[in-house]
Amino acid sequence: MRIVVGSGKGGTGKTFLSVNLFCFLEEQGIPVSFADCDVEEPNADLFLKGEVKSVETVFQNLPVIDTAACTFCGKCHDYCAFNAIMFIKNLEYISISEELCHDCGACLYACEFDAISEKKKELGKVRIMQSTKGNRIVDGLTNIGVYSGVRVIKSAVKKLENQGVEILDAPPGTSCPFVTTASFGDYVILVTEPTWFGLNDLKLAVETVRGMKKEFGVVINRAGDGEDPVSDYLKKEGIELLAKIPFDHKIAKWYSEGKIPVLESSDLHKIFYEIQRKLKI
Amino acid sequence: MKTAISASGDTIQSVMDQRFGRCPYFCVYDNESKEYAFHKNPACEAQSGAGPLAVQFLAKLGVEKIVAAEFGGKVKPVLEDLKIQMIIMNQEGRSMEEIVTLLNK
Repeated sequence: MRIVVGSGKGGTGKTFLSVNLFCFLEEQGIPVSFADCDVEEPNADLFLKGEVKSVETVFQNLPVIDTAACTFCGKCHDYCAFNAIMFIKNLEYISISEELCHDCGACLYACEFDAISEKKKELGKVRIMQSTKGNRIVDGLTNIGVYSGVRVIKSAVKKLENQGVEILDAPPGTSCPFVTTASFGDYVILVTEPTWFGLNDLKLAVETVRGMKKEFGVVINRAGDGEDPVSDYLKKEGIELLAKIPFDHKIAKWYSEGKIPVLESSDLHKIFYEIQRKLKI
Repeated sequence: MKTAISASGDTIQSVMDQRFGRCPYFCVYDNESKEYAFHKNPACEAQSGAGPLAVQFLAKLGVEKIVAAEFGGKVKPVLEDLKIQMIIMNQEGRSMEEIVTLLNK
């Protein structure tokens, strides 16, 4: 079972929930692996201390146009769905915008004059690690300046071993990197906070996962006694509330020290047990 | 010589749009015929690569100068290749007519 932990808003506790869930399941001896898919700023390794087993480089292909062989027919430009080929027929001008290229290969297919070849561009790295209990932890890191982390995310998820429970810590937001990560999931946990900002971005995330026809539930993190627009929204929409994690100074302190709060607190242990039960793990 | 200006509307009183790739209109002024032409920007709604798409559109029209509030990273190298001059206008609220007057000074 693959569980994706996402949220619309940043800083709501995706990594908190996913690393705690991983350690909670690992402690029970359940086979579990972890992928940090927040490839622009991976940080799960602050909490999950794994031994690095291997590091792989992720590449993409980029088209290279041989302007001597090019007849300036414009077919490659017409085939490109991403506007990555700039073509001005009357000036016999053609060039590639590397940031826009998605490495789909359509231009190579389109060219009838063998004027397009490919070169490799490094996008980032994927690390494969092993926890002290022998479970696999993977993370991806996109190189600075690379436009999209999607390919690094896909490479990282491929390194999971397809056994037991797999936890994917998704990037924030609802754009391509999140959608890519969520597409791998059997279930999506959306982590939010009981604020109006949290609710606004949760709605965007709900809309996204509903559009993807994914089963999902919500965890409200840092829940307090104040107003809680999120719970009202969940009731109205009939969305499953998996758990409320209380706003607690102790949790923040453990977390800031790189500790795993679920292993320290029996209250938190109960909350994670409830999540486990609801997810039928 | 033709100059394109990113425009928020299709009249000479329209003010400049602060975006280049996604402005709704381009005002193209020809300083030989002294005529204004307004074109809908075909890149306005593009999912990605609006800037480069707009450049291709303007280059086909034979534009040699572009006035905009800013030019993005994907657009600059192409404009340099094509030897189209980039003019940055960082004052908001100027109309097409005012900008053309400034250019002709």
